[in-house]
Amino acid sequence: MAGKSKTIKVDYLARVEGEGALYIRYDDHGVHEVQLKIFEPPRFFEAFLRGRDYTEAPDITARICGICPVAYQMSALHAMENALGLMPTEPLRNLRRLLYCGEWIESHMLHISMLHAPDFLGYPNAVAMAKDHPQVVQRALEIKKTGNALVRLLGGREVHPINVRVGGFYRVPNREVFQALHPQLIEARILAELMVRWAAGLPFPHCEQSYECVALSSPREYPMNEGRIVSNRGLDISVQDYEKHFREQQVPHSTALHSVLIERGAYLVGPMARYNLNYPQLSEGVRGLAEELGFKAPCNNPFKSIVVRCLEVLYALEEALRLIDGFQAPDEPYLVAEPKEASGCAATEAPRGLLYHRYAINREGKITFAKIVAPTSQNQKTIEDDLRLMLPKFMHLPEQQLQGLCERAIRNYDPCISCSTHFLQLHLQHEAKRNS
Amino acid sequence: MAADSQLIARQPHKPKLAVWKFTSCDGCQLSLLDCEDELLLLGQEVEIAYFMEASSKVEEGPYDISLVEGSITTPADLLRIQEVRRQSNFLVCIGACATAGGIQALRNFADVVEFTSAVYAEPIYIKTLKDSTPISAHVPVDFELQGCPINKLQLLEVISAFLNRRAPQVSAHSVCIECKLKNNICVWVAHGTPCMGPVTHAGCGALCPSYNRGCYACYGPKENPNGESLCHWWEEKLGADRSTVIENMRNYNGLAPHFKAVSEEKERGQKGKS
Repeated sequence: MAGKSKTIKVDYLARVEGEGALYIRYDDHGVHEVQLKIFEPPRFFEAFLRGRDYTEAPDITARICGICPVAYQMSALHAMENALGLMPTEPLRNLRRLLYCGEWIESHMLHISMLHAPDFLGYPNAVAMAKDHPQVVQRALEIKKTGNALVRLLGGREVHPINVRVGGFYRVPNREVFQALHPQLIEARILAELMVRWAAGLPFPHCEQSYECVALSSPREYPMNEGRIVSNRGLDISVQDYEKHFREQQVPHSTALHSVLIERGAYLVGPMARYNLNYPQLSEGVRGLAEELGFKAPCNNPFKSIVVRCLEVLYALEEALRLIDGFQAPDEPYLVAEPKEASGCAATEAPRGLLYHRYAINREGKITFAKIVAPTSQNQKTIEDDLRLMLPKFMHLPEQQLQGLCERAIRNYDPCISCSTHFLQLHLQHEAKRNS
Repeated sequence: MAADSQLIARQPHKPKLAVWKFTSCDGCQLSLLDCEDELLLLGQEVEIAYFMEASSKVEEGPYDISLVEGSITTPADLLRIQEVRRQSNFLVCIGACATAGGIQALRNFADVVEFTSAVYAEPIYIKTLKDSTPISAHVPVDFELQGCPINKLQLLEVISAFLNRRAPQVSAHSVCIECKLKNNICVWVAHGTPCMGPVTHAGCGALCPSYNRGCYACYGPKENPNGESLCHWWEEKLGADRSTVIENMRNYNGLAPHFKAVSEEKERGQKGKS
């Protein structure tokens, strides 16, 4: 005779980007079913990109996500340049990295302060949290503003920037404008160190998981725009070989496709994966602080991803300062190539993790094929696995608390659901109730 | 001035603000969260009663002001927008998706069944409507704020206007005026760069021309645009081919009535020619 079986149901997950629900069926003996149901309506980007001009891909794919438009722009640019055989010059490459630093800062700070931190302190949102913890919220907003300022300077605006183009930028601002941001970046770096210390002191549920972490890796630097795709279980491939090792599959309960590693199944992308695989590439200062606080890589507790995000923000601020100090104006704001029949692909590190694009274009430069694999579709299976592994340890909790914990486990990932379809409800069902 | 008892801002309770998402990228909601300096102040003036992206606290309606982001693309959306309207005193659409169907309205000019099978191996699980439509196609709306994404300062102005029961001050002139106000050199006249500025609604601050590129109309049509004339100039003077002209009318605001009419007219002309 089976024990009393229950379900957890969340019909609309809050504080995530996009629309999703969670359904969990369990009883006293174990978890029987976990479904992260993404019901964000499909928008068919891969279909309607066909026939559009290749130069439009960065502007159009930016509209996949309002929180990380730069990530889409970067992957699209690099894929088109890969197709056309364009190699951005070192100054252009540095400016793209600077723009990406801006997005990491603003996107991570949004998630840390407005979506994630309220979970640890028991508030429904950042505005309510600000009443009791004004300093934390204001600090976070100050840092976020610095990220916004970087994106605005190089991209024109924070959401859907307009200044990037295949080959480079439409216009490159002059050195003085970058230098003007220097004092703000220095100030934000001080605040970011305080954020890391604050986050490290939050109460974390005990939850060590075993992940196959996947991220870009490059001997040259902490990865953003380039590198090989590596994992802690032996994967080491070029981006060109991505589709030989990763496959997207459709599941009936979600409008987002599930991506799996063909050899092994679920894997983790995002800040924790990046951190675990690229720790030595972080600056000495960031590593020193991580070690002082007991957060040296690897980090395998998904609830601690908030600390990793704070460390990445600190790194991005340092990196932005380095890039601004070493600013060299490119000879030309962009390189030009004639369209030709070609195909190309690229992967970059969106704040939420690896983002892969592949395109084919024809002689007129019109897109004939597009494939986009967003970080959330890659993490979906791992999110479900997290819940499956975590739940048995917390079954003794009252149902409402258990449900809250499940929602938090999902928010650990900062899932960007609009992206993955090409947000969240929870259905927690204990079998006995369903049967009664 | 005598106190106006009608002002929402003078109600005994804090006015309730709700933010709803339909099919979209969340960028316009995010513009509200991007108001770093004003967000906490706004939180003192209004009660954020429903805002799933930012808060897990949900208060029951009715709501004084509802901001609606996103277009209608699923059978469930059709029902939900009716409920949002019933629950809302004022309903304000924000962004190109809610005001003009968004980039996903490109499906309206194509075959959605083919689109579904191009993206999904098992299209049968995917419930989607043939078209992506703006909110005004389904319920009466009180104000539409254009832009992909919207301008956060314009959004604060619109919220403030509705709280105080006055008309929002959002200029309806073209991007060209913004360019002149910024002392930009005209990218079209000076460099022959095709630009949608003359027919595009102000609000971005003439961003693209300020970065040496032509406007691509992400703020949708201005008041009384003359798209036919714009197309004529693009084709005759700048040598743009017709499909490029159609593409520029059909991007982020392709269902805005004027842009739609112009692009369809061009399409008929194109077919007539071949």
